[in-house]
Amino acid sequence: MIGILSYPFMQRALLAALLTGLLAPAIGGYIVQRRLSLLGDGLGHVAIAGVGLALLTRQAPIPVAVVVCVAGAVLVEVLRQRGKATGDVGLAILFYGGLAAGVLMSAFAGGGTGALSQYLFGSLTSVTSGDLVLIGILAVVVLVPTIGLAPQLFAVSADEDFARVLGLPTRFYNIVVVVLAAITVTLSMRTVGLLLVSALMVVPVAAAQNLVPGFYAALGTAMGIGVLVSVGGAAGSFYLDAAPGALIVVFAIAVFAVSWPISTLLARRRTAPVIITEPADHSEIPTPHVLTGTHPHHHGDPDCDHQAVIHQDHVDYVHDGHRHAVHRDHYDEH
Amino acid sequence: MELTSDPVLRADDVSVELGGLPILRGISLTVHSGETVALLGGNGSGKSTLVRTLLGLTPLRRGTITLFGTDLDDFKRWSRVGYVPQRSTINLTRAKVSEIVGSGRLGHRPPFLPPTRDDRQAAKEALEVVGLADRASAEMQHLSGGQQQRVLIARALATRPDLLVLDEPTAGVDLEHQQILADVLAELLRRGMAILVVLHEIGPLAPLVDRAIVLREGRVVHDGELPRSAAELHDHHRTQHGGHEHETADGPQRGSGPHVAGPLDLRSGAES
Repeated sequence: MIGILSYPFMQRALLAALLTGLLAPAIGGYIVQRRLSLLGDGLGHVAIAGVGLALLTRQAPIPVAVVVCVAGAVLVEVLRQRGKATGDVGLAILFYGGLAAGVLMSAFAGGGTGALSQYLFGSLTSVTSGDLVLIGILAVVVLVPTIGLAPQLFAVSADEDFARVLGLPTRFYNIVVVVLAAITVTLSMRTVGLLLVSALMVVPVAAAQNLVPGFYAALGTAMGIGVLVSVGGAAGSFYLDAAPGALIVVFAIAVFAVSWPISTLLARRRTAPVIITEPADHSEIPTPHVLTGTHPHHHGDPDCDHQAVIHQDHVDYVHDGHRHAVHRDHYDEH
Repeated sequence: MELTSDPVLRADDVSVELGGLPILRGISLTVHSGETVALLGGNGSGKSTLVRTLLGLTPLRRGTITLFGTDLDDFKRWSRVGYVPQRSTINLTRAKVSEIVGSGRLGHRPPFLPPTRDDRQAAKEALEVVGLADRASAEMQHLSGGQQQRVLIARALATRPDLLVLDEPTAGVDLEHQQILADVLAELLRRGMAILVVLHEIGPLAPLVDRAIVLREGRVVHDGELPRSAAELHDHHRTQHGGHEHETADGPQRGSGPHVAGPLDLRSGAES
């Protein structure tokens, strides 16, 4: 494992994977909240047009792709806000038009689709030190608003109408989200690749939501999962001699697959009815009558979320690790 | 009420079209501070569109709207308005109650800065008002429909508004929780808030309502006391042409037959 760190190209690839794994789920959290899980996929297609343009004009691919992808993202969002893109057809034309344009421009540049494939599924050897510097700078550009504006972006993504009545500039924040997503997609093309980046934006978020409650906690957990699967996938692909994107996505889906039974387990613990069976007690020693302290809460009310438990002939309520049973005007400890 | 003669919310001759179809036609209404106004009407009568228009979420075709004396286009003090959208339209299942209510403070918070002590205090108070202070760290998806509705009310209260606008808060909420909701709104009224509430059925909120505005096919067909029956609500023109009191409101001793005076009549007349 230490061996691969001695190759400079692997050092760069692993650093790029780490940054991608951090960024993609961070912005993905808002994309999922807005129920636009496939936006990243569409933006990836637009970025392919940028790569084709870069190949044609013999420029560095990342800067050109960033510009093209951001422009496409803003166009999509403005159309959506004007209510012009309510049908998916407009988006489909833009996205697949981007893919087709990229392939054509790549062909004109003489590389054909083969030249494109390293951007579609990632390529460890292609990360230059210039790329790494650019990825580092843009990672900061994305992370600062993603974390600093988290409450605003969460509010706008979760409930746009409410955010507007709060007086927030919702149109601006919506454009911020898609622009950050576009930058993230483009940066990811060296590691997961443009066709698979959407998975890295969505799958760690879905896994984290299964594991931890709350939006912000899930966002942080998703970023952790993203780093883990990206670095692991990049390292693993070195040994398998495969495109890193595929392995990163397989790892992410594996984490999700593990998180699923954990979440159903957590949910069952909260809701399943519990019947307490106690060994028959013939010793004739009466159970001591222990009263609970002052108890302002009324078990069984609509607000009560304490687990109801069937205990012999009555119902107990599980309360901080012990059970309360209704007894006339007070509660007993059972 | 004479002291605050400027209404909190005023609409004059408001018309709205959606997709070329007229939805609202020439609607005028006012809401004063300390007043509860119920917006009633059947499906498709334009209630929700009207509320969205009053808050600037749906564009006007014609007419003017003023909030706290300022034209809607120039209105900036949005922290005076609390909005509780329809529960079914939003997607907040995975978020915690505290995160949702905390987002109600964003009108007060500058970007990139953490919440202040005042922000936390306002969110805490809002949850206390709706009786869910002990549920702050629960996930939204683990609450009942009525509790979720109260979380959305708390989110709107976190901004400390003077006007609360609720869109069908009782939809999909069982009667027991509707009563809790009514108690929460009664407490807010006691604090002098103005409330505009869209209702499909009046239910336990009836005692709180000062004035009812009934919409039908995008027009106001009634603005006054709460209609007493569903028939009156949905078939309103009958009440405007009189005769209603004799049919439903009074007891049998004042029926349509010849009136025979008795000693009780005299006494009840003296009392009133």
